Amino acid sequence: MSSNNESILKTITVALSLCLVCSVIVSASAVILRPEQAVNEKANMQMNILQAAGLFDPQQSVKAQFQAVTTRLVNLDTGEFVDEIDADRYNQRKASKNPSMNRVLSMEEDIASIKRQAKIAKVYLVENGEHIDKIILPIHGYGLWSTLYGFMALEGDGNTVAGLGFYEHAETPGLGGEVDNPNWKKQWTGKQVYKDDKVALRLVKGGADRADAYGVDALAGATLTSRGVDNLVKFWLSDSGFKPFLDKIKQGRI
Amino acid sequence: MAKTKELLFDPVVNDNPIALQVLGICSALAVTSSMSVAFVMSLAVIAVTAFSNLFVSVIRAQIPSSIRIIVQMTIIASLVIVVDQILKAFAYEISKQLSVFVGLIITNCIVMGRAEAFAMKNGPLDSFIDGIGNGMGYSAILMIVGFVRELFGSGTLFGIEVLTKVTEGGWYYTNGMMLLPPSAFFIIGFLIWGIRAWKTAQVEADEFKIAPNSKAKEA
Repeated sequence: MSSNNESILKTITVALSLCLVCSVIVSASAVILRPEQAVNEKANMQMNILQAAGLFDPQQSVKAQFQAVTTRLVNLDTGEFVDEIDADRYNQRKASKNPSMNRVLSMEEDIASIKRQAKIAKVYLVENGEHIDKIILPIHGYGLWSTLYGFMALEGDGNTVAGLGFYEHAETPGLGGEVDNPNWKKQWTGKQVYKDDKVALRLVKGGADRADAYGVDALAGATLTSRGVDNLVKFWLSDSGFKPFLDKIKQGRI
Repeated sequence: MAKTKELLFDPVVNDNPIALQVLGICSALAVTSSMSVAFVMSLAVIAVTAFSNLFVSVIRAQIPSSIRIIVQMTIIASLVIVVDQILKAFAYEISKQLSVFVGLIITNCIVMGRAEAFAMKNGPLDSFIDGIGNGMGYSAILMIVGFVRELFGSGTLFGIEVLTKVTEGGWYYTNGMMLLPPSAFFIIGFLIWGIRAWKTAQVEADEFKIAPNSKAKEA
């Protein structure tokens, strides 16, 4: 069986037909399973949002809990809601790469090192009758190795932090990776954001004073990640980020 | 019938891919900190080994020997991608925990070793059973290591609390080292010791003899 198997023609035929069969199998499985995967990814994202706001209850289904949350789009420049685009379909990450939908940030402004920012951002609101209970804002910025993606949840007053969580990053496990540590995340709850209309919320190296309403402990052994988190929180809560929107909420104009 | 049984169960104790051949150690360290993750990984490896053996065996008469390794790799890689896609669709949480290790099944020496050593020379059915057997051998070690690590590392089994931790008002101080990969080295080491003490045929002959220390007066 070996002699005619070794000819060049046979080798190429086997290689080509094998590649063809395998690629059909691989692409078929990817296409057939895509809807299931999309459902999982969406549920996972919703769970991240609920967890950031401290609303997640593992006993109940994510879908049922997420019904309390409304997804809206906000024009970051004006702070007004955008209703022309379907919020469920809008992909902020894609938009930030699309020249017609993004804004290139100048060096001085870009403290979170994200270079481009989508003009329209998603926000998640938990409403309780007429007034807003919680505002969940997607935030991201560069740490040491990677861009950290996460959510910051604020109380309805637009000034008190309800929680913070990152769902995607590649910081050093055990050092910068401690941004996932529940004990560290717990510290954010109840902190205040603005003082004299400026972002005063910050990470404090060496540990924040307990009584400090604006300070959170920086991560031990992770100076650059801490600086990244500090910067991205400042950026997204400043005029370049969600401040115009939060101001509107505070004045009750939304 | 006797042969089928041998093919299926020999790799579990007598010819275990991890304990005797010492293959596939890398993933055995990485995925055994909890039993449910180790279990899913085991199923994935069994499926991949069995089916890659089957397909390699089916086309073994057609494979030109100059490209046989690449042909085997292509089949294995395709199967691993399919398994990864299935996990992402039906076991999302666990697939997140397994992360890169599902993809790394491609480089698992056990899969490749069986395709090259067994499936290239035997019929499809025997190869398929051999694949399941070797997958089970790998799984057996994974489950034992996972059992020890999860029980002593977090006081749980399959996520269900067995030993009540001090942090939750119980008496058990968790052993943090058990959650780190090096602990799997020790456990696998003890397992190999145990198996070889029981089945002395597995003890390897010394590769060289250590010379006796020279005596003081000779020196």
